[in-house]
Amino acid sequence: MIRTLLTLLLLTAPFHATSLYAQGFAGLGTQADGFATPTPNPTFTFPLDHGPHPDYRIEWWYLTATLTGPDGTSYGVQWTLFRGALTPETSDNWAAPQLFMGHAGLTTPDAHFSAERLGRGGIGQAGVTIHPFRAFIDDWQMVSTVSEGDALDALTITARGAEFAYDLALTATGPLVFHGENGYSVKSNEGQASYYYSQPFYQVTGQLDLPDGPVQVTGTAWLDREYSSQPLSDTQSGWDWFSLQFEDGARMMAFALHDGTGTPFTSGTWIAPDGTTQSYGDGAISLTPLSTTQVAGREVPTTWRLQVPDRAIDITTIPLNPQSWMATSFPYWEGPITFTGTHQGRGYLEMTGYN
Amino acid sequence: MLYTALLTLLSHWKRHPGQFVMLALGLALATALWSGVQAINAEARAAYDRAAATLGQDQLSRLERADGQPIDLADYIALRAAGYLVSPVILGDIRGPDGHLRILGVDPLTTPAEAQGPTLDGTFNLAAFFTHPGLLLVSQDTANGALPNDLPPLQITDNIPPATAITDISTAARLLGQENPSYLLVAANQPHNLPPITQATTLTLRAPQSTSDIARLTDSFHLNLSAFGFLSFGVGLFIVHAAIGLAFEQRRAMVRTLRALGTPLRTILMALSLELAVIALIAGTIGVALGYLIAAALMPGVAGTLRGLYGAEIEGILRFNPSWAISGLLITFLGTAAAAIQVMIRTARMPLLAPAMPRAWAQASGRMIRLQAYAALALFALAALLALVGQGLIAAFACLAALLIGAALGLPALMTGALSLIRPKGAFAEWVVADTRQQIPGLSLALMALLLALAANIGVSTMVGSFRHTFLGWLDQRLTSELYVTAPSSAEAAALMQILAPDVDAILPIVSAEMRLFDRPAEIFGVLDHPTYRQAWPLLSAAPNAWDQLATGDAVLVNEQLSRRENLRVGDIIDIADGLPIVGIYSDYGNPNGQAITSLSHFLETFPNILPHRFAIRITPEEAPALATRLRDEFGLPPNAVTNQAQVKAFSIAVFEQTFRVTGALNILTLGVAGIALLTSLLTLANLRLPQLAPIWAIGTSRATLAGLEMARSLALATLTFLLALPVGLALAWVLLTLVNVEAFGWRLPMRVFPTDWLSLFALALLAAGLAALGPTLRLARMPPARLTQVFAQER
Repeated sequence: MIRTLLTLLLLTAPFHATSLYAQGFAGLGTQADGFATPTPNPTFTFPLDHGPHPDYRIEWWYLTATLTGPDGTSYGVQWTLFRGALTPETSDNWAAPQLFMGHAGLTTPDAHFSAERLGRGGIGQAGVTIHPFRAFIDDWQMVSTVSEGDALDALTITARGAEFAYDLALTATGPLVFHGENGYSVKSNEGQASYYYSQPFYQVTGQLDLPDGPVQVTGTAWLDREYSSQPLSDTQSGWDWFSLQFEDGARMMAFALHDGTGTPFTSGTWIAPDGTTQSYGDGAISLTPLSTTQVAGREVPTTWRLQVPDRAIDITTIPLNPQSWMATSFPYWEGPITFTGTHQGRGYLEMTGYN
Repeated sequence: MLYTALLTLLSHWKRHPGQFVMLALGLALATALWSGVQAINAEARAAYDRAAATLGQDQLSRLERADGQPIDLADYIALRAAGYLVSPVILGDIRGPDGHLRILGVDPLTTPAEAQGPTLDGTFNLAAFFTHPGLLLVSQDTANGALPNDLPPLQITDNIPPATAITDISTAARLLGQENPSYLLVAANQPHNLPPITQATTLTLRAPQSTSDIARLTDSFHLNLSAFGFLSFGVGLFIVHAAIGLAFEQRRAMVRTLRALGTPLRTILMALSLELAVIALIAGTIGVALGYLIAAALMPGVAGTLRGLYGAEIEGILRFNPSWAISGLLITFLGTAAAAIQVMIRTARMPLLAPAMPRAWAQASGRMIRLQAYAALALFALAALLALVGQGLIAAFACLAALLIGAALGLPALMTGALSLIRPKGAFAEWVVADTRQQIPGLSLALMALLLALAANIGVSTMVGSFRHTFLGWLDQRLTSELYVTAPSSAEAAALMQILAPDVDAILPIVSAEMRLFDRPAEIFGVLDHPTYRQAWPLLSAAPNAWDQLATGDAVLVNEQLSRRENLRVGDIIDIADGLPIVGIYSDYGNPNGQAITSLSHFLETFPNILPHRFAIRITPEEAPALATRLRDEFGLPPNAVTNQAQVKAFSIAVFEQTFRVTGALNILTLGVAGIALLTSLLTLANLRLPQLAPIWAIGTSRATLAGLEMARSLALATLTFLLALPVGLALAWVLLTLVNVEAFGWRLPMRVFPTDWLSLFALALLAAGLAALGPTLRLARMPPARLTQVFAQER
């Protein structure tokens, strides 16, 4: 879903454009001049649409994995490549207005590591290719390993930060799923929307390199693909996003977009173990913060009550590590969670706009 | 008690305001010259540091190609793909008819955190920075100056070096026509578990530059300035010493009375120190302010010199910096203390009841003069030793200092000796000579100051004159081509060359590449085999058939600077291409960098990306103007793209003159200070000598005769000083030319003497001495007889 949106415009760390930073995630509500905007009832063409859409302002390849070590310790891994366009054009030199940002996160019960890479398309430092499918920035990459079937059915992902690295192999056990109306996901009552589909059925094996040494892990993972040009309304400033894996094999995605004053805009998708989906529009899901944690100098809600009356779901989510703070150019909270209540399972939570 | 003592002592200055002004003026001038030079140096160094710190380059290592050429984009991408945090920079100059601009293209997406960028405010449009036409971040000064045409929009930003624009790498790539990074910045912290970057690349890793190339290059220039400042300060201290000594002599009686009244010696010494401290503070403050004015006036000249000589961009503006102001004040205090220490010791040792013996305050005994002479001999020996075996610029300056101080210390002995050679006839003449000899100790400090100023003047003007003579001759030889043409691109250059070929005698392409030799910036040129070079290029030393060997492409010529710095000789192998033998060494005045010349074909093989777009044209001088017009009109070349020999020569000479303008100004100032020193000393002596003159007057010599004698004596002493300054100045010039210049600039020049210059300097010295003696002489001539008679009543 919406996830850590960025306008890469706001990201150039070496220049202290503080007042620009102040716009933060709300900057995503700005007008999309000259860019294409999503329209209802899209038709996706694969593998083409797994690749970049330079005529849309923002896009991402966003993977989260809940993992377990040989001693039963839980881990979480995030791998994201964002694309942001300054103008809806491409070129094969420094002048390419397509900018990329990679985020990698690794969460353990008592530590959280994050890393960031920036680069521009056009010179080969970062980009996404379709044949074969490969999303990359520097040495971080997400590469398709399938010979037939959907390109995203099997992937390897790697990333490396100052204190950590990981190398994971992913195999999908179910189909791609489409959010909203066939992948047209509405984000506000004013009609802002994005194209949004996921592969929520990965089985994972791989290795984490931690400061204390390597750890072999297994688990599950969830890949989001989303692109748009103006995904937020003027007043929306952030969001809370959940991906949940139920014990019976079902999945669920839920988000709330919040603005300064009114009720959050909520939406979600129920995904049966076979991949059939049911979309929920604004108001069908309720998300209530139960307690907050002091994280990086601010109060962030880290335990939540999530209710879906239609499905008799009433659960409480608890973070693996309440300090799962991504200390990147645009900082946000992202980490693995477990939940109990009417249902049990694991998942991932992302929260942005907590300044 | 202290207060009363202080008031009593201070009352002296109320009665002698002229003396006070002299003391304060001496101190202020000494401080002014010293702190002015310091201010200039501090400003320039700060500018180098700012430039070096641009984008944190003083903290970040770099990857470069060993030959200094741009790095293949693929090599950059390969390093990123291997996980290394490196960031590309495209660097280059764009030149327009009116100005040039250094373009520093950075990739803000990958620049390491240490590379602090410019401070930007909220109006900054990052999207505009990244996308066509881009933004150039420049300082206000750069924006106000002359710039090339057709630049992208400018954004005024603080903390950007002069004549430099920081821009996105895409904009730099477009403006400079270069996609390959000039070098890569390497982040200090690399990711987890990566092998050292040197194992991943064949590029050369350069450690962060604590001092920039420019700072290293200009070091000698600033040392030269400092030496001048120090010389001026030293000369200024002579004035201070003279003034303090005079005040002491005149206050002998006062001090004796104070002590007789019961004031403890300690209190008097404290009062004296306090008095001097207050004067030093006042004069020092004035001096620092004056120094600031001098520096501000000289700054544009210095900036011009540094730009012309070294390509160092500093602003012609002086910022106030407390550090040199404080150091200026400090040195005033130290100088005052040094000048006063003798007086303090004498006051302390003065017997309580000793009569106030009126005598010349500095009447040094014959023993003192002998001691000074021995010291002078020792210093001359040291200077000779340093000249023979000394290494480096510091040794060269130490040699200079030993020579000058030795000459100053030897002056009284030489003067006394010279006077003793005169065998006067008659009692009166005998008295005149004896009296003059008697005066030498009193005047010696002032004469020393004059000697130093004159010697410095002779030395520096001989050096500059020799340099100018050699430089102009060399320019005539080197600038043989009639026209120099710059085409907008190498393609247009090639087309032009083809069209022009039938109409001209020869077309000589000018190609050069920047590279690093011996870890310093250097240039390499490719030249065509042509008589123009064979005949005109003066080689200082060469292998047989040097030009033939060069033409085959298996040899290089290097400039004198490089050969001296790195101790290279004909026959040595230099690390260009796969190592080439040096077949000749040529003089290359005015260029601070190392330079090498190879054959054109070899150059184009080694640097396939660099194609000539400048060339020199040989044509009969009569046809040159018409061809220049044709190039401008027919081929549409901008006026500045076609220059003739005379223009290039004029430009080179302008750079040369600019270089020594500051030296000239300091020279004049030093001479002025010496004149004031002489005046002070003569004033001092004028009063003290009354007891000696009064008896002569009493036995019938008229005041006018006495006054005339005084004037003649001053002029004679100045003449003697000048005669002694002449060899000292020539020795100084020799040291400057053969030691200092070689160490500082890397070239050695033949020394030439300019006797006509000496005549004018001699006239100037006489004028200074005459002016200094005028006041005391007139006073003596107009002195009421009663005052002279009083001498017999009051003194002793």
